Amino acid sequence: MIDLDHVSKRYDGRAVVDDLSLTVPDGAFCVLLGPSGCGKSTTLRMINRLVPFDSGIIHIGGEDVRGVSPETLRRRIGYAIQSIGLFPHWSVEDNIATVPRLLNWARNRIRDRVTELLELLRLDPENYRHKYPHQLSGGEQQRVGVARALAADPELLLMDEPFGAVDPITRDALQSEIARIHAATKKTIVFVTHDIEEALRLATVIAILEKGGLAQWGTPLEIVDQPASGFVRDFVGGETAAASNCSGCAGSPSGCGPAKPLRVSPYRPRLRCAMRWPR
Amino acid sequence: MGAMARFPAIRLYNHVVPVLVGAAAAAAATCGFVAVAPNRLVSGRPVALWLAADPRLSTAIALLGALLLATVFAAPRRALHFAAVAIAGMLLLLILAAAGQAASSLAALAPPLARISLGAAFWVLIGAAGLAVIDGLQRARAGILAQLATVAIIAAGFAAMAEAGLFDALSLAREYHTRQAGFAGALTRHIVLVAAAIIPAMLIGFPLGVAAVRRPHRQGPLFAVLNLLQTVPSIALFGLLIAPLSGLATAVPSLAQLGIGGIGMAPAIIALVLYALLPVVRSTVAGISGVDRAIVDAARGMGMTRYQRFWHVELPLAAPVLLAGLRIVTVQAIGLAVVAALIGAGGLGSFVFEGLGQYAADLVLLGALPAIGLALAADFLLQSATVLLHRRTAT
Repeated sequence: MIDLDHVSKRYDGRAVVDDLSLTVPDGAFCVLLGPSGCGKSTTLRMINRLVPFDSGIIHIGGEDVRGVSPETLRRRIGYAIQSIGLFPHWSVEDNIATVPRLLNWARNRIRDRVTELLELLRLDPENYRHKYPHQLSGGEQQRVGVARALAADPELLLMDEPFGAVDPITRDALQSEIARIHAATKKTIVFVTHDIEEALRLATVIAILEKGGLAQWGTPLEIVDQPASGFVRDFVGGETAAASNCSGCAGSPSGCGPAKPLRVSPYRPRLRCAMRWPR
Repeated sequence: MGAMARFPAIRLYNHVVPVLVGAAAAAAATCGFVAVAPNRLVSGRPVALWLAADPRLSTAIALLGALLLATVFAAPRRALHFAAVAIAGMLLLLILAAAGQAASSLAALAPPLARISLGAAFWVLIGAAGLAVIDGLQRARAGILAQLATVAIIAAGFAAMAEAGLFDALSLAREYHTRQAGFAGALTRHIVLVAAAIIPAMLIGFPLGVAAVRRPHRQGPLFAVLNLLQTVPSIALFGLLIAPLSGLATAVPSLAQLGIGGIGMAPAIIALVLYALLPVVRSTVAGISGVDRAIVDAARGMGMTRYQRFWHVELPLAAPVLLAGLRIVTVQAIGLAVVAALIGAGGLGSFVFEGLGQYAADLVLLGALPAIGLALAADFLLQSATVLLHRRTAT
């Protein structure tokens, strides 16, 4: 369980995150959603102390994040960013082994873990183990990035727009992949995106941020059906009005399910369809 | 149209070699290959290639030149490029042989004090052949081993001819023979000067560069000072160091006993270090701040400490830029160390300034050519190292 309690962050007197409180339950897939500059990335980076916060307190599993050194804390938390964050001078194996090596795991254990993770991400271990990042496609690089974040089997995974730099088809496949991994491992995931469809598809719970504060907290269905404010309605509606097709059903266990009777606005059936499963 | 079909258009696949062959032919036709002077201090009378050298040698040079030119009309293939390298390499050695042979045959007819020096046509021919070798190696995308082998074969050919006494009649070789005892010492002294300047420059400049990256607001003043140092003319800097260092040596006699004084190696090394600082600091800053921020961010997010990030991520990724900086610094220091001879630091520059003083061009060359050779060798070695490094980090 991650507990943010009245957390604020100011840059040059301007509040980027302003008195934010939220609680992410264990095993949740929490998506921080909002337009650029809303503080969602800063919020994520405060959890593993990449950004120091000015006031408030953050607990992970009841433990104050400021109770241990930042390095110790970060080694216990998986962290994935856009594919560009892979170390270009290290092989796939070395990249994935980053945190286990920092934790001084035995050589054999690291080797077995790399094999296990490559298999989990559906990359043939013998084929990919010794490749370098520049020899991989964007989607493969991102899979390695996710494998690297999972390497030391952390309870919590932080993902900062991890699929922002890949093409729509690859992004679709990666979303299915991360949904599958979440379902299989029951890890708590905090995921930053500005893509409403991605959020609706992956999240069990969504936090919509506006100017450093919480605009709405709820399940995807609540966000779509009962937008708490004009801002949320505009953000959810505006973003998806541009989206042209429904691609979200492929990864869900039961398709889109029987849609509830529609009450208003033409974009809602598409949004419902984008969700991983009806809730 | 029918004629076109029967005689396919001639195509030029390489524009460099025709220019080189053309320049070489024009120089051979219009300039002296060697020059004959009555003594070592006056300038000589130019003698053309075909008059100076054995006709068999000059014919061979002409034929090989034509053959090299012919290769540009054939469709490019790797084997063809290596053939061009072989032809150009043979040309290089033949031109050297022709110069030696021309000098000995002319010397046999001339009075004993007469000097045979190398003429403009020789330098153009040897330069063109050298560039043709490089062009061929580049087109063949030759690896470092192939490049090293080519250089080694040509150097071995040159050494064998020199050992056989082929060049003994040339003025340059006679200058060398008079100073043979001092030559190895001067060459070693030159290398020592350069190494003694570069190692401290790296030891000072690298931490300075890292500190400048960490505190960007300090970069302005730091680079202002280093740029100012770089703009002081080298002779002036050598001169400016004489007074404070001799004062220091007088004040602290133990320093004087260590050989530190207003002239000699100490001021030379200090000046070379000062000149080397700017490129070292600049390439350190460029290399480390050029590392993708997202990669460093990922390293932080993984839980690497500051030292782990520096040693395992920033430094390896900056290494190609750092090595490129080292290359610039080394080549620059080899050139500047020549000037250091003015304040008694020794090295190859002592031949250059002695030659300038005596108006003996070949003595100047005796200092300048090895310095050029050193610079090229250092450049080649460090570039090879950069390529090897880059192969791993290519993105």
